Order: sequence, then C-alpha cells, then structure tokens
Amino acid sequence: MNFDLSDESRMLQDGLRRLLSDRYDRATRDAARDAPTGFVPEVWAALAEMGVIGALFPEDAGGFGGTGFDIAVVFEELGRAGAVDPLIDTGVLGGGLLAAFGQGDMLEGVIEGSVQLAFAHGEPGSRYDLSRVETTARRDGDGWVLSGRKAVVVNAPAADHVIVSARTSGEVADRDGISLFLVPAGALDIRAYPLVGGGAAAEIALDDLRAGELLGPEGGAFDAIATASARATLAICAEALGLMETIRGLTTDYLRTRKQFGQPIGKFQVLQHRMADVLIEIEQARSAVINLAGNIDGDDRDRHVSAAKNLIGNAARLVVEESIQMHGGIGMTEEYDLAHLAKRLTMVDHRFGDTLHHLDRFIALSAA
Amino acid sequence: MNLDYTDEQKAFRDEVRAFLDEKLPARLVEKGRAGRAFDKADHEEWHAILNERGWLAGNWPVEFGGTGWDAIQRHIFEDEMTRAGAPRIVPFGLAMLGPVLQKFGSKEQQDYWLPRILAGDDWWCQGYSEPGAGSDLASLRTEAVREGDHYVVNGQKTWTTLGQYANMIFCLVRTSREGKPQEGISFLLIDMDTPGVEVRPIVLLDGSAEVNEVWFSDVRVPVENLVGEENKGWTYAKYLLTHERTNIAGVGFANAGLANLKRIARAEQDGGRPLIRNPHFAARLARVEIDLMAMATTNLRVVSAAAAGQAPGAESSMLKIKGTVLRQEINALTRTAIGPYAMPFQSEAVEGTNEEAIGPDYAGPVTAQYLNNRKLSIYGGSNEVQRAIIAKSLLEL
Ligand SMILES: Cc1cc2nc3c(=O)[nH]c(=O)nc-3n(C[C@H](O)[C@H](O)[C@H](O)COP(=O)(O)OP(=O)(O)OC[C@H]3O[C@@H](n4cnc5c(N)ncnc54)[C@H](O)[C@@H]3O)c2cc1C
Repeated sequence: MNFDLSDESRMLQDGLRRLLSDRYDRATRDAARDAPTGFVPEVWAALAEMGVIGALFPEDAGGFGGTGFDIAVVFEELGRAGAVDPLIDTGVLGGGLLAAFGQGDMLEGVIEGSVQLAFAHGEPGSRYDLSRVETTARRDGDGWVLSGRKAVVVNAPAADHVIVSARTSGEVADRDGISLFLVPAGALDIRAYPLVGGGAAAEIALDDLRAGELLGPEGGAFDAIATASARATLAICAEALGLMETIRGLTTDYLRTRKQFGQPIGKFQVLQHRMADVLIEIEQARSAVINLAGNIDGDDRDRHVSAAKNLIGNAARLVVEESIQMHGGIGMTEEYDLAHLAKRLTMVDHRFGDTLHHLDRFIALSAA
Repeated sequence: MNLDYTDEQKAFRDEVRAFLDEKLPARLVEKGRAGRAFDKADHEEWHAILNERGWLAGNWPVEFGGTGWDAIQRHIFEDEMTRAGAPRIVPFGLAMLGPVLQKFGSKEQQDYWLPRILAGDDWWCQGYSEPGAGSDLASLRTEAVREGDHYVVNGQKTWTTLGQYANMIFCLVRTSREGKPQEGISFLLIDMDTPGVEVRPIVLLDGSAEVNEVWFSDVRVPVENLVGEENKGWTYAKYLLTHERTNIAGVGFANAGLANLKRIARAEQDGGRPLIRNPHFAARLARVEIDLMAMATTNLRVVSAAAAGQAPGAESSMLKIKGTVLRQEINALTRTAIGPYAMPFQSEAVEGTNEEAIGPDYAGPVTAQYLNNRKLSIYGGSNEVQRAIIAKSLLEL
C-alpha cells in the first residue's frame, strides 16, 4: 500500500500549481467571467503547453497519462485555483469519446489545445439519467437528421465541434439504441449563457438538423458515454476537493484574524468544533476521490462513482454553508474570493448526478 | 387548549383576505413569484395602498396612526400577506425606528417623523453594523462629537440594507469612550443628503445589490436628531432588537417556499416519475414539512403569550434559528429539485430584465435565492449569537 504520488504525478502537480497560482489572479477570473466563452484562451494555451490536456489520455491515444490518478491530480489543482477552464468538457468528455472511437487526428488537436469540444447529452427532461435520450437521429440518404433539445451543454459557446447523442432505436430510457454524432458547432442553433461559478453553456435546439457524422457504432454508444461520464465524475470530484481545500484555508485564516469581543473568532469553541467537522469531511472527500481514482478502470467502477459523488455532494454543501456562515457578512460578498469558490463548489452537485441520484444509484448497484 | 382562531379572529382574517384580493396589485405578486427583486417604486406603491387602508403600521398603537392590533392579529395579517404573495413591509422605518421613537423620542420627534414614515416621505435604513463591529456591535467606532448645536460624525457603517433607496439613516454612534463600550453609544438620526455622506453598493454573491457601505466624513447633524439621551443608545437599540417580532420565524415565507418546492417537485421528472415520488427526495421534503408544522405552532405559542402581555425574550432566538434553518433547507431542496437547471446564471432573476428564463420558468430565481438566503443565519444576530442567548437566558448556563 502506498498513498504517495509517483514522481511524474508530483512534477505535474507542482508545475500546474505554480502555473495556476501565477496565472489565476483576479483579473484573469474577471476576464473569464466577461468572455462569452467563460474562459481565457491564453490560460488554455498555457495548460496545453504544459501537457495538462495530454495527461488526461494514455499513450495509445497520443497522451502520456490517462490513469485515474492523473485525472485526480490535474483536477484537484484546477479546483484549488478556482479555475474555470473547460477541461472536463473538451478533455475528459469530448476527448474521451474521440479516443474511444479512434478519432486520433481531432484528438491531437485537443491535446495541443487548438480544438474545443462540448458533449451535448443531457436534455430538458433527462435530469441525470445517462440512458434517457429523447433526441432522435434518422438516416437520410447518406447523412443523418437530428431532432430534439439538449440542455445545459457546458462549453458549447466555445466549442468547434459538439458531440451530440441521439436515439437511433429503442425506447426513451433504453441503453441500447443511443448513437453519437460529431457536429460542427457552426451548424447548431444555440442559446448561450454564463454559468453560476464560472464557465458557459448553451441550450441547443435540433430542428431536423442535417449535419454531423456518426461517431462510433450505430446504437452502441452507451458504454462509451458511461465511461466518459465516470471519468468526468472523477474529475469534478477531484476539482471539488481542491475547491474545498482552498475554502478551508481561507476560512481558517479568517478565523485566526477576524476579531470580535476582543479575540479572534477562531477562539470560540463552537466555531473550532465546526471547523474540525469541516476538516474531517474534507479528508473523507479526499479518500473518496482516491477510491474512485483507483477503481476508475475496475469492475466496481460504478459503485465507486456513486459513492464518491454522493459523499462529495454532502461534504461540499457542508463546506460551503459553514464557511460562509463563519465568515459572517463578508462571506456573502461577491468581491471576496470565497464567493466564486463557494458557488463553483455548490454547482458540482448539479453535474453528473447529485447526491440524491447517486444515493439511489449506489443502493441499486449494491443490491444487485 | 384550543387550536382554532376565535370567531372574531376569523372575521378579521376574512377581512384581510378580501382586502388583499381586491387591492394587492397582480403585477407585484407576479414579480415576487418570478423571484425578481422589488424596487423602490414597488415598495412605495404597496406601502401607500396599505396606508390608505390604515394597515401599514401593524405594530404601532392607534395614537400614532397605527392599527393597535394585538400579536394574534398581527400574525394573521402577516400570514395572509405572505400567503397572497404581497411584498413584505420594509421594516426599517415601520418596524424598527417607529417603536423606538414612540418609546424614547421627544414629542417633536414623534410629531415630525412618525407621520412621514406612514406617508412614505422618508425611506429609512439601519446603520448599526461596521466593518469591525458585527456580532460585537458594542465595539462600534463611528464617532459623533458635539460642536455647539451639531454633532460632527465620522466613520463607516456597512451592510446597510437598501441604503441606496434611503434618504435617512438611524445610526448607533460613539459619543463617549468612558466606562463600558455599551455606555458611550448614542442613537442618532442622520439625513443622508447632508454633505459628507457617501453610499457605495456591495454586490452579494448572487449578484444582487441590496446592501451598501455608508461613509461619514465630517457630517454635521443637528442635536435635535439625537433620540433620547446621549450615551443611552444601547438601551434603545436593545429595546428595538428584543421588541416583539412576531414575524421572526418567517412561517409564512417557509410555507410559501414549501408550496413552491412541492409544485416544482411534481413537475420535475426523475427516472420516469415525478421527483416528488422519489422516496429519498420525499423523505427530505417530509422532514421539512413536519418541522414546519411544529414550528408554526411554536410560533403561535409565542405569539399568544405576547398577545397576553408577556414580552418574548429568548423565545424569539429559538424561532429565529429554527425559522432560518428551515427556510435555508427549503432553498437547498428547491435547488436540488431543479437539477442541472440550477447552473445557468439567470441574470433576469437578479436584475429584473425581461429575458426568457433558461429551462423551466420556475428555475430562474432558485440558485440566486439559495445563495442569497445564506444571509438569514448571519444577519439580525447570527444563529451562533442566538444560541448563546438561549444558553444564557433559557438554560441559565
Ligand atoms: C444581507 C445582509 C444584510 C444586513 N443588513 C444590515 C442592516 O441593514 N443594518 C445593519 O446594521 N447591519 C446589517 N447586516 C449586518 C449583520 O447584522 C452582521 O453581518 C451580523 O451582525 C454579523 O456580523 P459580521 O458580519 O461582522 O460577522 P462576525 O461578527 O465577524 O461573525 C463571524 C462569525 O463568527 C461568529 N461569532 C461571532 N461572535 C461569536 C461568539 N461570541 N461565539 C460564537 N460565534 C461567534 C458569527 O456567528 C459568525 O459566524 C446585514 C448583513 C447581511 C449579510
């Protein structure tokens, strides 16, 4: 048993931490917020140059990493910095699906940092259910016609290509019969908007759209979608962990320095105890991320996905609410760093399934 | 024991309902339901309608132009107001300053300021908190130095709710550094148009701008604007804080929030059935509702005791904690209920623009409300401070 990172992982971690602490100042975050894409291209270029995108993929896909621990290291650092760059969307989801279906050329562009992707899977009524796809695709000559609605497609405003899921056969919640289509973003009708906690997304209306090519086997995309989502869940859990660590640091600093009644508020035992509980839950979150990272390619993957996402959803809420509360009024202000971090951490529960979804899923998988 | 209202109270309730049916502008109800913030004109419009009926000052005695209602009547009125979706009555002049002036103000102050509050001539804000004085309010440093027939005020207040609309601010200021910190505080009324007053907005994490910093540099305030005696302001402020606040539990807000949550949970689909049928979601919802049913009665018990003349003390701390935690849980569950549509930043919910909502209509304001209502357990005496009060005065620890 060894819980130390490998030397390569440690170098990646150090380098990325340095890059982000140099790059992620207030001005960058404001620029990202004001950009229609929700991020700053220079930061993206720097991430690509450092090899951060390549670290998400194994060598046979043109990367130099791709293990669960590689993903965990990268995203914990992004979280620590409160970074908003669409590495989950272009990298883990989009890149992961390209890799699954042998799209080496475009994946090379992703790893170099020249291609942006989005994965349009969720729909207005699908909530967090991966197999619930109502959007349809039907053959038309040698092309396809797509119809339906895609909801909260993160990074769609920046994407060069959008990978759209659609049903080519089966019933609305069947796993079989789901296909993927690679659609040039220019062909899409999107309504773009910013996200709480940073980044941008869009609603996509597919009204008999004749565009895009089939990606992977017709009707047989579910397993690849589940794998990409599992890895994306690992990524967002690790990001949440990094966010929690930074928030914990901010809050303990504040408890040490803020004085009321002639003493630092951190001297009040009631706050000490609550901060101790926060620390315990963050350590639990770290262990859940480690469990998931170690099992991401294993047989028990899905139970670990749900265990981690459930635990982290609960921990995130505790960390957000306690840290705001213990800051008092300052914790409510947009200007203070906590606001961004707390909002980003709060939104973690709304992607790839919330605590409730994963509780149900964990129970179902454990009973099987 | 009898849980029903008396016939008289029921008749009063029907009268309030009929009034609200007839007079509450639908536009305001819609705005509130859509989660958009009321602006100054909205509040003024509604205050004027209530004032015309003589129902604006629910907690003032008749002699000052109030309703003279007892605690039960006030409760019924507030309950019906929230049920109907009316904007809340802005508390600063009516619920906070008014009672202080009635008890401690001079005859001239009462005659001048109270009718202006009713008529909406002044918009008051509350200047207590400072950057260095939050929970430890008595450590406040904004200073007022007597020079002839004026006080000269220097310092800074913060978190001043709706200060951007206000022309008047009631402040706690330091007039002496002798003795205990509480003994050198005075209660001063300051015209915000006086040279040297500056208001700067603070944006909150949901994007709203409801609080402000207020700066005073060499602001000259006539001595007539001192309420009561110099260095007695702490007593007046405490009177205001412990002045029976029947609405502190926010039962009406919680009920409205719960009804909205249920509506959403019925509309949202989860795995092919309505979310409200998901047993784990339903369990959390039920826990809130069970708690709320009991809290409504706890609230009524306190209200009844107040109507019988007992001034509630630490009971209001209890109601404040339970009420705010419940409302926050309802906000959190509502956020859970809307699923991925919690993520879009819906600026129309915050800024009142007319863009179409992203996702279902009901999703628009939910995340902003969750974030904004973290304030409930911070302001008005944080929940930690309230627990300390309970421990001290109810438990005698
Ligand atoms: C949205 C909003 C609106 C407001 N509106 C107004 C207004 O209109 N007018 C006005 O005057 N003020 C207003 N306030 C200020 C509010 O009353 C203060 O925020 C509150 O009193 C807490 O003070 P603080 O923010 O300085 O936090 P602090 O007092 O610094 O508290 C920080 C944390 O320490 C805890 N703490 C402090 N002392 C103790 C203790 N002894 N034991 C245990 N824990 C402790 C607190 O509970 C809190 O969790 C508003 C605040 C907000 C957020």
